Amino acid sequence: MTDPALEVINLKKAFGGLAVTQDVSLVVRPGERRLIIGPNGAGKTTLFNQISGDLRPNSGQIRLFGADITGLPPYRRAHCGLSRTYQIITLFAGDTIQHNVSLALLGLRPSRWQIWLPMSHYRDIAVEARQALDAVGLLHLADRSISDIAYGERRRVELAIALAQRPRVLLLDEPLAGLSNAERTTVKSLIASIPRETTLVMIEHDMDTALDLAETVTLLNYGRVIVDGKRDAVIADERTREVYLGT
Amino acid sequence: MRWITAALIGGSLLLPPFFAGDFYINLASQILIAAIFALSLNLLVGFGGMTSLGHASYLGVAAYISALLTNRYGFGHGAAAIISISGTVAMAGFFGVIALRATGLGFLMITLALSQVLWGLAYRMSNVTNGDNGITGLTRPAPFGISLENPVSFYWFALIVATMAFVMMTIFVTSAFGSSLMGVRDQARRMAALGFNPWLIRWITFVYAGFWGGISGLLYVYYHKYIHPTSLSITSSAEALLGVIAGGSGTLGGPAVGAALVLLLKNYASAYIERWNMLLGLVFLFIVLVMPTGIAPGFSRLVARMRGERIDDRSRA
Repeated sequence: MTDPALEVINLKKAFGGLAVTQDVSLVVRPGERRLIIGPNGAGKTTLFNQISGDLRPNSGQIRLFGADITGLPPYRRAHCGLSRTYQIITLFAGDTIQHNVSLALLGLRPSRWQIWLPMSHYRDIAVEARQALDAVGLLHLADRSISDIAYGERRRVELAIALAQRPRVLLLDEPLAGLSNAERTTVKSLIASIPRETTLVMIEHDMDTALDLAETVTLLNYGRVIVDGKRDAVIADERTREVYLGT
Repeated sequence: MRWITAALIGGSLLLPPFFAGDFYINLASQILIAAIFALSLNLLVGFGGMTSLGHASYLGVAAYISALLTNRYGFGHGAAAIISISGTVAMAGFFGVIALRATGLGFLMITLALSQVLWGLAYRMSNVTNGDNGITGLTRPAPFGISLENPVSFYWFALIVATMAFVMMTIFVTSAFGSSLMGVRDQARRMAALGFNPWLIRWITFVYAGFWGGISGLLYVYYHKYIHPTSLSITSSAEALLGVIAGGSGTLGGPAVGAALVLLLKNYASAYIERWNMLLGLVFLFIVLVMPTGIAPGFSRLVARMRGERIDDRSRA
Protein backbone atom coordinates (compact mmCIF):
# COMPACT_ATOMS: atom_id res chain seq x y z
CA MET A 1 0.00 0.00 0.00
CA THR A 2 1.29 3.43 -0.89
CA ASP A 3 1.76 6.18 1.67
CA PRO A 4 -1.18 8.50 2.16
CA ALA A 5 -0.83 11.83 0.33
CA LEU A 6 -1.53 13.69 3.53
CA GLU A 7 -1.66 12.32 7.02
CA VAL A 8 -2.45 14.28 10.14
CA ILE A 9 -1.81 12.44 13.40
CA ASN A 10 -3.18 13.57 16.78
CA LEU A 11 -2.75 17.24 15.97
CA LYS A 12 -3.27 19.64 18.85
CA LYS A 13 -3.23 23.43 18.87
CA ALA A 14 -4.39 25.84 21.53
CA PHE A 15 -4.30 29.63 21.67
CA GLY A 16 -3.89 30.18 25.39
CA GLY A 17 -6.75 28.28 27.00
CA LEU A 18 -8.71 28.02 23.77
CA ALA A 19 -8.17 24.64 22.15
CA VAL A 20 -8.77 25.11 18.42
CA THR A 21 -7.47 21.77 17.20
CA GLN A 22 -8.09 18.85 19.54
CA ASP A 23 -6.55 15.56 18.63
CA VAL A 24 -7.33 15.78 14.93
CA SER A 25 -6.29 12.83 12.78
CA LEU A 26 -6.88 12.57 9.05
CA VAL A 27 -5.74 10.27 6.28
CA VAL A 28 -6.08 11.46 2.69
CA ARG A 29 -5.18 8.97 -0.06
CA PRO A 30 -3.38 10.08 -3.23
CA GLY A 31 -5.80 11.51 -5.76
CA GLU A 32 -8.61 11.77 -3.23
CA ARG A 33 -11.06 14.68 -3.13
CA ARG A 34 -11.62 15.53 0.50
CA LEU A 35 -14.04 18.10 1.76
CA ILE A 36 -13.66 19.51 5.26
CA ILE A 37 -16.85 21.03 6.58
CA GLY A 38 -17.93 22.45 9.86
CA PRO A 39 -19.68 25.48 11.30
CA ASN A 40 -17.94 28.81 11.86
CA GLY A 41 -15.10 28.49 14.35
CA ALA A 42 -14.84 24.73 13.96
CA GLY A 43 -11.10 25.08 13.39
CA LYS A 44 -11.01 24.41 9.65
CA THR A 45 -8.70 27.24 8.64
CA THR A 46 -6.53 26.72 11.73
CA LEU A 47 -6.07 23.13 10.63
CA PHE A 48 -5.08 24.34 7.15
CA ASN A 49 -2.64 26.85 8.60
CA GLN A 50 -0.94 24.05 10.49
CA ILE A 51 -0.77 21.83 7.43
CA SER A 52 0.70 24.65 5.31
CA GLY A 53 3.12 25.65 8.10
CA ASP A 54 1.78 29.12 8.91
CA LEU A 55 1.05 27.87 12.42
CA ARG A 56 3.02 25.41 14.52
CA PRO A 57 0.93 22.74 16.26
CA ASN A 58 1.51 22.18 19.98
CA SER A 59 1.81 18.47 19.39
CA GLY A 60 1.08 15.85 16.78
CA GLN A 61 2.46 15.13 13.37
CA ILE A 62 1.81 16.06 9.75
CA ARG A 63 3.06 13.76 7.00
CA LEU A 64 3.18 14.40 3.27
CA PHE A 65 3.57 11.18 1.24
CA GLY A 66 5.08 9.53 4.29
CA ALA A 67 7.60 12.29 5.03
CA ASP A 68 7.29 14.15 8.31
CA ILE A 69 6.84 17.85 7.51
CA THR A 70 5.67 18.99 10.97
CA GLY A 71 8.80 21.02 11.65
CA LEU A 72 9.35 22.43 8.17
CA PRO A 73 8.81 26.13 7.42
CA PRO A 74 6.10 26.93 4.83
CA TYR A 75 8.52 27.48 1.92
CA ARG A 76 10.06 24.04 2.39
CA ARG A 77 6.60 22.46 2.34
CA ALA A 78 5.92 24.22 -0.96
CA HIS A 79 9.00 22.53 -2.38
CA CYS A 80 7.65 19.18 -1.12
CA GLY A 81 4.62 19.65 -3.38
CA LEU A 82 2.14 21.32 -1.06
CA SER A 83 0.20 24.31 -2.29
CA ARG A 84 -2.67 26.32 -0.87
CA THR A 85 -5.11 29.10 -1.57
CA TYR A 86 -6.35 31.62 0.95
CA GLN A 87 -9.83 32.41 2.11
CA ILE A 88 -8.99 36.11 2.22
CA ILE A 89 -7.51 36.95 -1.12
CA THR A 90 -3.83 37.84 -0.86
CA LEU A 91 -2.62 38.76 -4.30
CA PHE A 92 -0.04 41.30 -5.42
CA ALA A 93 -2.48 44.07 -6.18
CA GLY A 94 -0.28 46.45 -8.15
CA ASP A 95 1.15 43.80 -10.43
CA THR A 96 -0.24 42.18 -13.55
CA ILE A 97 -2.09 38.91 -13.34
CA GLN A 98 0.62 37.20 -15.32
CA HIS A 99 3.24 38.48 -12.87
CA ASN A 100 1.24 37.01 -10.00
CA VAL A 101 1.25 33.57 -11.59
CA SER A 102 4.89 33.92 -12.66
CA LEU A 103 5.92 34.46 -9.03
CA ALA A 104 4.33 31.12 -8.17
CA LEU A 105 6.45 29.46 -10.85
CA LEU A 106 9.59 31.33 -9.80
CA GLY A 107 9.10 30.20 -6.19
CA LEU A 108 9.94 26.59 -7.04
CA ARG A 109 12.93 27.35 -9.28
CA PRO A 110 16.54 28.01 -8.32
CA SER A 111 16.47 31.12 -10.51
CA ARG A 112 14.56 32.91 -7.75
CA TRP A 113 17.96 33.65 -6.18
CA GLN A 114 19.40 35.12 -9.31
CA ILE A 115 20.19 38.84 -8.97
CA TRP A 116 21.34 39.56 -12.49
CA LEU A 117 18.57 38.93 -15.01
CA PRO A 118 14.95 40.04 -14.88
CA MET A 119 12.19 37.47 -14.59
CA SER A 120 11.16 38.27 -18.17
CA HIS A 121 14.38 36.60 -19.25
CA TYR A 122 12.84 33.21 -18.51
CA ARG A 123 10.59 32.55 -21.46
CA ASP A 124 9.37 29.25 -20.02
CA ILE A 125 7.97 31.01 -16.94
CA ALA A 126 5.95 33.35 -19.14
CA VAL A 127 4.71 30.48 -21.29
CA GLU A 128 3.69 28.36 -18.30
CA ALA A 129 2.08 31.31 -16.55
CA ARG A 130 -0.07 31.98 -19.60
CA GLN A 131 -0.98 28.30 -19.83
CA ALA A 132 -2.08 28.35 -16.20
CA LEU A 133 -4.19 31.45 -16.87
CA ASP A 134 -5.66 29.85 -19.96
CA ALA A 135 -6.68 26.85 -17.87
CA VAL A 136 -8.79 29.08 -15.61
CA GLY A 137 -10.10 31.10 -18.56
CA LEU A 138 -8.31 34.35 -17.75
CA LEU A 139 -5.72 34.50 -20.50
CA HIS A 140 -7.37 37.56 -22.02
CA LEU A 141 -6.73 39.46 -18.77
CA ALA A 142 -3.08 38.38 -18.39
CA ASP A 143 -1.65 41.89 -18.72
CA ARG A 144 -4.22 43.62 -16.56
CA SER A 145 -3.44 44.55 -13.00
CA ILE A 146 -5.10 42.68 -10.12
CA SER A 147 -6.77 45.84 -8.91
CA ASP A 148 -8.55 46.15 -12.28
CA ILE A 149 -10.38 42.84 -12.17
CA ALA A 150 -13.51 41.62 -10.41
CA TYR A 151 -13.63 39.62 -7.21
CA GLY A 152 -14.72 36.41 -8.91
CA GLU A 153 -11.82 36.70 -11.32
CA ARG A 154 -9.40 37.17 -8.45
CA ARG A 155 -10.60 33.90 -6.98
CA ARG A 156 -9.70 32.27 -10.27
CA VAL A 157 -6.26 33.93 -10.23
CA GLU A 158 -5.75 32.37 -6.78
CA LEU A 159 -6.56 29.02 -8.30
CA ALA A 160 -4.26 29.63 -11.27
CA ILE A 161 -1.40 30.49 -8.88
CA ALA A 162 -1.89 27.28 -6.93
CA LEU A 163 -2.31 25.09 -10.00
CA ALA A 164 0.69 26.61 -11.82
CA GLN A 165 2.89 24.97 -9.19
CA ARG A 166 1.50 21.54 -10.14
CA PRO A 167 1.17 20.60 -6.48
CA ARG A 168 0.86 17.02 -5.31
CA VAL A 169 -1.45 18.15 -2.54
CA LEU A 170 -3.59 21.24 -2.92
CA LEU A 171 -5.39 22.89 -0.03
CA LEU A 172 -8.32 25.07 -1.09
CA ASP A 173 -9.64 27.39 1.59
CA GLU A 174 -13.22 28.31 0.71
CA PRO A 175 -12.65 28.60 -3.04
CA LEU A 176 -16.30 29.45 -3.63
CA ALA A 177 -16.71 32.10 -0.95
CA GLY A 178 -18.34 35.30 -2.08
CA LEU A 179 -19.01 34.18 -5.62
CA SER A 180 -22.21 34.66 -7.58
CA ASN A 181 -24.12 31.59 -8.76
CA ALA A 182 -22.72 31.82 -12.28
CA GLU A 183 -19.14 32.17 -10.96
CA ARG A 184 -19.69 29.26 -8.62
CA THR A 185 -20.53 27.03 -11.55
CA THR A 186 -17.39 28.15 -13.38
CA VAL A 187 -15.07 27.65 -10.41
CA LYS A 188 -16.71 24.33 -9.53
CA SER A 189 -16.08 22.93 -12.97
CA LEU A 190 -12.52 24.25 -12.79
CA ILE A 191 -11.93 22.38 -9.55
CA ALA A 192 -13.57 19.29 -10.96
CA SER A 193 -11.14 19.37 -13.89
CA ILE A 194 -8.01 19.36 -11.70
CA PRO A 195 -6.01 16.24 -12.67
CA ARG A 196 -5.92 13.24 -10.34
CA GLU A 197 -2.17 13.63 -9.78
CA THR A 198 -3.18 16.43 -7.45
CA THR A 199 -4.80 15.41 -4.19
CA LEU A 200 -7.44 17.93 -3.14
CA VAL A 201 -8.35 18.99 0.36
CA MET A 202 -11.02 21.62 0.40
CA ILE A 203 -12.68 23.69 3.11
CA GLU A 204 -16.18 24.91 2.56
CA HIS A 205 -18.40 26.59 5.03
CA ASP A 206 -21.49 25.96 2.96
CA MET A 207 -21.93 22.22 2.68
CA ASP A 208 -24.33 22.06 -0.27
CA THR A 209 -22.20 23.92 -2.79
CA ALA A 210 -19.06 21.84 -2.53
CA LEU A 211 -20.56 18.46 -1.81
CA ASP A 212 -20.62 17.17 -5.37
CA LEU A 213 -16.88 17.88 -5.70
CA ALA A 214 -16.04 15.60 -2.80
CA GLU A 215 -15.58 11.88 -2.47
CA THR A 216 -14.86 11.89 1.21
CA VAL A 217 -15.94 14.31 3.87
CA THR A 218 -14.58 15.24 7.28
CA LEU A 219 -16.84 17.08 9.67
CA LEU A 220 -15.13 19.26 12.25
CA ASN A 221 -16.71 20.91 15.23
CA TYR A 222 -15.03 22.67 18.14
CA GLY A 223 -11.68 21.52 16.82
CA ARG A 224 -12.58 17.84 16.82
CA VAL A 225 -13.26 15.38 14.05
CA ILE A 226 -16.92 14.43 14.49
CA VAL A 227 -17.48 12.24 11.45
CA ASP A 228 -15.07 11.12 8.78
CA GLY A 229 -15.68 8.90 5.78
CA LYS A 230 -17.36 8.45 2.41
CA ARG A 231 -19.49 11.35 1.36
CA ASP A 232 -22.86 9.67 1.48
CA ALA A 233 -22.14 7.98 4.77
CA VAL A 234 -21.18 11.29 6.36
CA ILE A 235 -24.24 13.06 5.04
CA ALA A 236 -26.48 10.30 6.29
CA ASP A 237 -24.83 10.22 9.68
CA GLU A 238 -26.91 11.24 12.64
CA ARG A 239 -24.13 13.40 14.11
CA THR A 240 -23.72 15.42 10.91
CA ARG A 241 -27.34 16.37 11.06
CA GLU A 242 -27.00 17.30 14.69
CA VAL A 243 -23.90 19.48 14.35
CA TYR A 244 -24.25 20.86 10.95
CA LEU A 245 -27.75 20.88 9.68
CA GLY A 246 -29.05 21.93 13.03
CA THR A 247 -32.02 19.57 13.10
CA MET B 1 9.88 59.82 -22.14
CA ARG B 2 11.76 57.97 -19.43
CA TRP B 3 14.76 57.64 -21.69
CA ILE B 4 14.75 61.35 -22.43
CA THR B 5 14.64 62.13 -18.71
CA ALA B 6 17.44 59.66 -18.02
CA ALA B 7 19.57 61.10 -20.83
CA LEU B 8 18.99 64.65 -19.57
CA ILE B 9 19.96 63.77 -16.02
CA GLY B 10 22.95 61.72 -17.19
CA GLY B 11 24.09 64.53 -19.49
CA SER B 12 23.78 67.19 -16.83
CA LEU B 13 25.97 65.11 -14.50
CA LEU B 14 28.79 65.45 -17.05
CA LEU B 15 28.59 69.24 -17.09
CA PRO B 16 29.79 70.57 -13.69
CA PRO B 17 33.54 70.07 -14.31
CA PHE B 18 33.35 72.25 -17.43
CA PHE B 19 31.28 75.13 -16.12
CA ALA B 20 31.14 75.27 -12.38
CA GLY B 21 33.62 76.61 -9.89
CA ASP B 22 35.28 74.47 -7.24
CA PHE B 23 32.61 75.17 -4.65
CA TYR B 24 29.84 73.80 -6.83
CA ILE B 25 31.88 70.87 -8.06
CA ASN B 26 32.51 69.87 -4.46
CA LEU B 27 28.82 70.25 -3.73
CA ALA B 28 28.04 68.00 -6.68
CA SER B 29 30.52 65.38 -5.40
CA GLN B 30 28.81 65.40 -2.03
CA ILE B 31 25.44 64.99 -3.71
CA LEU B 32 26.72 61.92 -5.53
CA ILE B 33 27.94 60.39 -2.25
CA ALA B 34 24.64 61.14 -0.52
CA ALA B 35 22.81 59.68 -3.52
CA ILE B 36 24.64 56.33 -3.29
CA PHE B 37 23.86 56.25 0.42
CA ALA B 38 20.17 57.03 -0.12
CA LEU B 39 19.87 54.51 -2.96
CA SER B 40 21.30 51.79 -0.74
CA LEU B 41 18.83 52.67 2.02
CA ASN B 42 16.06 52.61 -0.56
CA LEU B 43 16.77 48.92 -1.20
CA LEU B 44 15.60 48.30 2.35
CA VAL B 45 12.90 50.94 2.73
CA GLY B 46 11.40 51.08 -0.74
CA PHE B 47 11.92 47.65 -2.22
CA GLY B 48 12.10 45.54 0.91
CA GLY B 49 9.58 47.29 3.13
CA MET B 50 12.17 47.38 5.91
CA THR B 51 12.32 50.91 7.30
CA SER B 52 15.72 51.31 8.90
CA LEU B 53 16.75 54.18 11.11
CA GLY B 54 20.31 52.94 11.48
CA HIS B 55 21.72 52.96 8.00
CA ALA B 56 24.45 55.44 8.95
CA SER B 57 26.16 52.49 10.67
CA TYR B 58 27.45 51.21 7.35
CA LEU B 59 28.59 54.58 6.07
CA GLY B 60 30.25 55.41 9.38
CA VAL B 61 31.92 52.06 10.05
CA ALA B 62 33.36 51.80 6.54
CA ALA B 63 34.68 55.35 6.88
CA TYR B 64 36.16 54.74 10.34
CA ILE B 65 37.84 51.47 9.35
CA SER B 66 39.43 53.07 6.31
CA ALA B 67 40.50 56.13 8.30
CA LEU B 68 42.06 54.06 11.09
CA LEU B 69 43.86 51.67 8.78
CA THR B 70 45.41 54.33 6.57
CA ASN B 71 46.05 56.89 9.25
CA ARG B 72 47.16 54.81 12.21
CA TYR B 73 48.29 51.45 10.95
CA GLY B 74 49.98 52.52 7.75
CA PHE B 75 47.85 50.51 5.33
CA GLY B 76 47.69 51.51 1.68
CA HIS B 77 44.37 52.77 0.35
CA GLY B 78 43.71 49.66 -1.74
CA ALA B 79 44.09 47.21 1.14
CA ALA B 80 42.27 49.55 3.52
CA ALA B 81 39.32 49.83 1.14
CA ILE B 82 39.03 46.06 0.76
CA ILE B 83 39.25 45.41 4.50
CA SER B 84 36.85 48.22 5.29
CA ILE B 85 34.21 47.00 2.82
CA SER B 86 34.61 43.36 3.92
CA GLY B 87 34.30 44.44 7.55
CA THR B 88 31.21 46.50 6.83
CA VAL B 89 29.57 43.67 4.90
CA ALA B 90 30.35 41.23 7.72
CA MET B 91 28.83 43.65 10.19
CA ALA B 92 25.74 44.02 8.01
CA GLY B 93 25.45 40.24 7.97
CA PHE B 94 25.58 40.13 11.75
CA PHE B 95 23.26 43.13 12.27
CA GLY B 96 20.86 41.63 9.75
CA VAL B 97 20.55 38.46 11.81
CA ILE B 98 19.64 40.54 14.86
CA ALA B 99 17.40 43.15 13.22
CA LEU B 100 15.48 40.69 11.04
CA ARG B 101 14.14 38.90 14.06
CA ALA B 102 11.48 41.59 13.78
CA THR B 103 9.67 43.43 11.01
CA GLY B 104 8.06 46.86 10.85
CA LEU B 105 8.44 49.03 13.92
CA GLY B 106 10.46 46.40 15.79
CA PHE B 107 12.93 46.25 12.94
CA LEU B 108 13.23 50.04 12.93
CA MET B 109 13.91 50.15 16.67
CA ILE B 110 16.58 47.43 16.49
CA THR B 111 18.41 49.14 13.63
CA LEU B 112 18.24 52.39 15.60
CA ALA B 113 19.57 50.74 18.76
CA LEU B 114 22.45 49.04 16.94
CA SER B 115 23.51 52.27 15.26
CA GLN B 116 23.31 54.12 18.57
CA VAL B 117 25.68 51.56 20.06
CA LEU B 118 28.20 52.29 17.31
CA TRP B 119 27.73 56.03 17.69
CA GLY B 120 28.35 55.70 21.43
CA LEU B 121 31.47 53.66 20.79
CA ALA B 122 32.81 56.23 18.35
CA TYR B 123 32.32 58.92 20.95
CA ARG B 124 33.53 57.09 24.04
CA MET B 125 36.23 54.76 22.80
CA SER B 126 38.43 57.76 22.28
CA ASN B 127 41.74 55.90 22.51
CA VAL B 128 40.77 54.23 19.22
CA THR B 129 38.43 56.67 17.49
CA ASN B 130 39.78 59.90 18.93
CA GLY B 131 36.29 60.57 20.26
CA ASP B 132 34.75 63.96 19.67
CA ASN B 133 37.88 65.23 17.95
CA GLY B 134 37.40 62.85 15.08
CA ILE B 135 40.22 61.53 12.94
CA THR B 136 42.03 64.18 10.96
CA GLY B 137 44.92 64.30 8.53
CA LEU B 138 43.50 61.69 6.16
CA THR B 139 44.44 61.45 2.51
CA ARG B 140 42.59 60.60 -0.66
CA PRO B 141 43.61 57.54 -2.67
CA ALA B 142 45.27 57.86 -6.06
CA PRO B 143 43.79 55.07 -8.21
CA PHE B 144 46.06 54.23 -11.18
CA GLY B 145 48.35 57.04 -10.10
CA ILE B 146 45.71 59.71 -10.66
CA SER B 147 45.52 62.05 -7.72
CA LEU B 148 42.03 62.81 -6.47
CA GLU B 149 43.12 65.85 -4.54
CA ASN B 150 41.60 68.42 -6.85
CA PRO B 151 37.81 68.81 -6.97
CA VAL B 152 37.42 67.96 -10.66
CA SER B 153 39.24 64.63 -10.54
CA PHE B 154 37.41 63.68 -7.36
CA TYR B 155 34.11 64.52 -9.03
CA TRP B 156 34.87 62.18 -11.93
CA PHE B 157 35.84 59.46 -9.49
CA ALA B 158 32.62 59.91 -7.49
CA LEU B 159 30.58 60.01 -10.70
CA ILE B 160 32.05 56.71 -11.91
CA VAL B 161 31.38 55.00 -8.57
CA ALA B 162 27.87 56.49 -8.33
CA THR B 163 27.04 55.34 -11.85
CA MET B 164 28.22 51.84 -11.04
CA ALA B 165 26.22 51.88 -7.82
CA PHE B 166 23.08 53.05 -9.58
CA VAL B 167 23.42 50.45 -12.35
CA MET B 168 24.18 47.60 -9.95
CA MET B 169 21.31 48.45 -7.62
CA THR B 170 18.93 48.86 -10.55
CA ILE B 171 19.91 45.44 -11.87
CA PHE B 172 19.41 44.02 -8.38
CA VAL B 173 15.85 45.25 -7.97
CA THR B 174 14.77 44.45 -11.53
CA SER B 175 16.17 40.91 -11.34
CA ALA B 176 14.21 37.78 -10.53
CA PHE B 177 15.47 38.18 -6.98
CA GLY B 178 14.15 41.75 -6.96
CA SER B 179 10.72 40.43 -7.92
CA SER B 180 10.89 38.03 -4.97
CA LEU B 181 11.95 40.89 -2.70
CA MET B 182 8.98 43.05 -3.68
CA GLY B 183 6.70 40.06 -3.32
CA VAL B 184 7.95 39.54 0.22
CA ARG B 185 7.44 43.24 0.92
CA ASP B 186 3.80 43.05 -0.19
CA GLN B 187 2.69 39.56 0.93
CA ALA B 188 5.32 37.77 2.99
CA ARG B 189 3.02 34.92 4.03
CA ARG B 190 1.85 34.18 0.54
CA MET B 191 5.43 34.26 -0.76
CA ALA B 192 6.42 31.68 1.86
CA ALA B 193 3.55 29.46 0.76
CA LEU B 194 4.81 29.77 -2.81
CA GLY B 195 8.25 28.44 -1.87
CA PHE B 196 10.21 31.63 -1.18
CA ASN B 197 12.25 32.02 2.00
CA PRO B 198 11.26 35.53 3.17
CA TRP B 199 13.89 35.75 5.90
CA LEU B 200 16.80 34.91 3.63
CA ILE B 201 15.53 37.24 0.90
CA ARG B 202 15.40 40.09 3.42
CA TRP B 203 18.78 39.23 4.85
CA ILE B 204 20.54 39.15 1.48
CA THR B 205 19.01 42.55 0.67
CA PHE B 206 20.09 43.87 4.06
CA VAL B 207 23.68 42.81 3.42
CA TYR B 208 23.65 44.18 -0.12
CA ALA B 209 22.36 47.52 1.15
CA GLY B 210 25.10 47.45 3.79
CA PHE B 211 27.67 46.90 1.05
CA TRP B 212 26.62 50.00 -0.88
CA GLY B 213 26.26 51.95 2.34
CA GLY B 214 29.91 51.02 2.98
CA ILE B 215 30.93 52.17 -0.50
CA SER B 216 29.30 55.54 0.12
CA GLY B 217 31.16 55.67 3.45
CA LEU B 218 34.50 55.21 1.71
CA LEU B 219 33.72 58.04 -0.70
CA TYR B 220 32.55 60.11 2.24
CA VAL B 221 35.80 59.75 4.13
CA TYR B 222 37.89 60.27 0.98
CA TYR B 223 36.00 63.45 0.25
CA HIS B 224 36.10 65.00 3.72
CA LYS B 225 39.53 63.61 4.69
CA TYR B 226 38.04 63.66 8.16
CA ILE B 227 35.64 61.51 10.14
CA HIS B 228 33.63 62.39 13.24
CA PRO B 229 31.07 60.42 15.32
CA THR B 230 28.20 62.54 13.91
CA SER B 231 28.44 60.56 10.69
CA LEU B 232 27.20 57.58 12.74
CA SER B 233 24.48 59.54 14.50
CA ILE B 234 20.73 59.15 14.20
CA THR B 235 20.65 62.51 12.39
CA SER B 236 22.78 61.05 9.64
CA SER B 237 20.47 58.02 9.31
CA ALA B 238 17.35 60.17 9.50
CA GLU B 239 18.53 62.61 6.82
CA ALA B 240 19.06 59.74 4.43
CA LEU B 241 15.64 58.32 5.26
CA LEU B 242 14.14 61.75 4.69
CA GLY B 243 15.84 61.89 1.29
CA VAL B 244 14.49 58.47 0.34
CA ILE B 245 10.93 59.33 1.33
CA ALA B 246 11.04 62.83 -0.17
CA GLY B 247 12.48 61.58 -3.44
CA GLY B 248 10.14 58.61 -3.71
CA SER B 249 10.84 55.36 -1.88
CA GLY B 250 10.64 52.27 -4.03
CA THR B 251 11.52 54.20 -7.19
CA LEU B 252 14.81 53.67 -8.98
CA GLY B 253 16.12 57.23 -9.07
CA GLY B 254 13.88 59.15 -6.68
CA PRO B 255 16.03 58.71 -3.56
CA ALA B 256 18.99 60.26 -5.38
CA VAL B 257 16.85 63.34 -6.06
CA GLY B 258 15.71 63.42 -2.44
CA ALA B 259 19.27 63.06 -1.17
CA ALA B 260 20.35 65.94 -3.41
CA LEU B 261 17.57 68.09 -2.01
CA VAL B 262 18.48 67.37 1.61
CA LEU B 263 22.16 67.98 0.93
CA LEU B 264 21.54 71.25 -0.89
CA LEU B 265 19.37 72.54 1.91
CA LYS B 266 21.94 71.50 4.46
CA ASN B 267 25.10 72.75 2.73
CA TYR B 268 23.86 75.54 0.52
CA ALA B 269 20.77 77.05 2.04
CA SER B 270 22.39 76.95 5.47
CA ALA B 271 24.81 79.63 4.26
CA TYR B 272 21.88 82.04 3.91
CA ILE B 273 19.42 80.84 6.49
CA GLU B 274 20.62 80.02 9.94
CA ARG B 275 17.64 77.82 10.69
CA TRP B 276 18.03 75.56 7.69
CA ASN B 277 16.45 72.71 9.66
CA MET B 278 13.22 74.66 9.71
CA LEU B 279 13.44 75.13 5.97
CA LEU B 280 14.04 71.40 5.55
CA GLY B 281 10.94 70.73 7.63
CA LEU B 282 8.83 73.09 5.53
CA VAL B 283 10.09 71.61 2.27
CA PHE B 284 9.39 68.13 3.56
CA LEU B 285 5.91 69.16 4.63
CA PHE B 286 5.28 70.62 1.20
CA ILE B 287 6.38 67.39 -0.48
CA VAL B 288 4.24 65.22 1.78
CA LEU B 289 1.20 67.38 1.12
CA VAL B 290 1.61 67.91 -2.61
CA MET B 291 3.43 64.76 -3.72
CA PRO B 292 2.78 62.14 -1.04
CA THR B 293 4.59 59.41 -2.96
CA GLY B 294 7.71 61.56 -3.41
CA ILE B 295 9.27 63.96 -5.89
CA ALA B 296 10.08 61.51 -8.68
CA PRO B 297 6.63 59.87 -8.90
CA GLY B 298 5.06 63.30 -8.33
CA PHE B 299 6.82 64.84 -11.30
CA SER B 300 6.19 61.93 -13.63
CA ARG B 301 2.50 62.22 -12.77
CA LEU B 302 2.60 65.95 -13.39
CA VAL B 303 4.23 65.43 -16.79
CA ALA B 304 1.69 62.74 -17.66
CA ARG B 305 -1.15 65.07 -16.72
CA MET B 306 0.26 67.88 -18.85
CA ARG B 307 0.49 65.50 -21.78
CA GLY B 308 -3.11 64.56 -21.19
CA GLU B 309 -2.35 60.93 -20.44
CA ARG B 310 -4.38 58.72 -18.19
CA ILE B 311 -3.00 59.00 -14.70
CA ASP B 312 -1.93 55.75 -13.20
CA ASP B 313 -1.35 55.98 -9.48
CA ARG B 314 0.86 52.95 -9.46
CA SER B 315 3.27 54.21 -12.11
CA ARG B 316 6.81 54.10 -10.82
CA ALA B 317 9.50 56.41 -12.02
